Amino acid sequence: MIECQLKIKQGGFTLDVEFCAPAKGVTVVFGSSGCGKTTLLRALAGLEKSDDGFLKVGDSIWQDGKNFIPPHMRSVGYVFQEASLFDHLNVRGNLEYGARRAKEAGKDFMGRALDLLDIRPLLERTTEQLSGGERQRVAIARALAVNPDILLMDEPLSALDLKRKKEILPYLDSLHHELDIPLIYVTHSPDEASRLADHLVLLEEGSVVGSGAIDEMLTRFDLPISHGGDATSLIEATVVGHDDRFNLMYLNFSGGQFTVTDRELPLESKVRLRVSARDVSLTQELQTDTSILNIFSAIVDEIVPEGRSQVMVRLKIKDVTMLSCITRKSAELLNLNPGKQVYAQIKSVALLS
Amino acid sequence: MLNEFDITALFITLKLAGVSTLILLLLGTPLAWWLSQTRWKLKTILEAIIALPLVLPPTVLGFYLLITLGPNGPVGGMLESLGGASIAFTFTGLVVGSVIYSMPFVVQPLQNAFSGIGRRPMEVAATLRASPLDRFFSIAVPLARSGFITAAVLGFAHTVGEFGVVLMIGGNIPGETQVLSIAIYDHVEALEYGQAHWLAGGLLLLSFLMLMMVYIFNRRFSLMQSDNQ
Repeated sequence: MIECQLKIKQGGFTLDVEFCAPAKGVTVVFGSSGCGKTTLLRALAGLEKSDDGFLKVGDSIWQDGKNFIPPHMRSVGYVFQEASLFDHLNVRGNLEYGARRAKEAGKDFMGRALDLLDIRPLLERTTEQLSGGERQRVAIARALAVNPDILLMDEPLSALDLKRKKEILPYLDSLHHELDIPLIYVTHSPDEASRLADHLVLLEEGSVVGSGAIDEMLTRFDLPISHGGDATSLIEATVVGHDDRFNLMYLNFSGGQFTVTDRELPLESKVRLRVSARDVSLTQELQTDTSILNIFSAIVDEIVPEGRSQVMVRLKIKDVTMLSCITRKSAELLNLNPGKQVYAQIKSVALLS
Repeated sequence: MLNEFDITALFITLKLAGVSTLILLLLGTPLAWWLSQTRWKLKTILEAIIALPLVLPPTVLGFYLLITLGPNGPVGGMLESLGGASIAFTFTGLVVGSVIYSMPFVVQPLQNAFSGIGRRPMEVAATLRASPLDRFFSIAVPLARSGFITAAVLGFAHTVGEFGVVLMIGGNIPGETQVLSIAIYDHVEALEYGQAHWLAGGLLLLSFLMLMMVYIFNRRFSLMQSDNQ
């Protein structure tokens, strides 16, 4: 468990945050540029000094009022926006720099970091012999090699072009699945947030406007992210079967079964699905003469207006929450009200990770 | 050819330059580091004081040093009352004068090199568990190596080449405080052009070789840097 309550003044800007994050999984700190995301992350690492506040990571208290633990005595791994490798050391030297100074310094942490990020072939290279993506991978491995209690990442993909991003993302997915320490990931990219986050902290102009599990946060109508064209829902599912004849794959989630294009994932692998609110339409009766494969029985939970002509509907498919954006006219014709049973037709599903 | 005093002058010069450079690096490194890191508003005053020898006639500096360090000066008087001897007209006096006179040639390249590193590598090192002293030696010093080479060579060469300050504070005592540059002057005064040629030519060659070293090293270093891009 991470408990954080910090206040930092920088010129005219004030960061004043209070939130908790779970001890495991990825917490994404999401917000537009200038909202104080980076300052918050730097404060967690101790690189930015908060005059007053409280910060506890696991069992260790890093700040309590005026008592401030300096950065080198905090068990953090920090990945900066730019790889920031030490140019006077080669890749091995960069990794060993932290590993040698870590608590319980041991080769296995470094070995694990090397394997997770596939660094072994790069070990003897100098920093200038690395591509942008490789540099960032080395930087992540270097942060992990100190065996930290928490990993902090500051927009690690933002300095990379699309191709390099795609090269790094699978490694981030594997960190997500393999790491047993919390990861705090700062980004302004909705794609990265919905792909990686288990927990979301929404930051606006230096304050936390909301914090909670990602699926709840995305469908909370009091938050800006549940409105507009980007409104989406996330669903965790498991691969349960393949249909070779139609090149399809079946995914089970707690509300039913999805049929999607086969991506040749092994059985039992966990996937995250993203459903855009605009791709979910509603019917009163179960349609049988439709091309849409993914239809689920749902209960209307809440309806809020979305502009002048549309409404945003929050649905419950058993315990799974999903958003649907439809016209106000349709909502009236269907006589939608909280508690009403409907069928949600899902036109398209994006497979994340 | 060179006489006995010329040989001694050569050794005194090299010893003076060596000792001064060592002291300059020891004093200049923390000073330059502090100047590169501090946000203290009055630091420009300190920077101007350090840079003063660049523009001041050496005789002015030598004159004030003589006044301060001489038996009747504040520092010299204090030393004498403590049972020591005045350091004016001694080798120690030469070292004190040289250190002050060559300070900007050591502090400025170091300060530039430290500023050039930026805060980021030091922050990265902090998140990798390195204490402030540890990160200074493991990150700042190696990344500022070209600054150190430049500072050492310029400090050494500038001390070898000084004239006014050492004349004022050292007093040109052959075999004790007479350095090469003053020996050359004496030879010219005495119309011993042959000996003056030997010494002057030697100094010219030495200075040229040392500067070449700096440029070759810094060129290789900057090429290495540009490969990174």
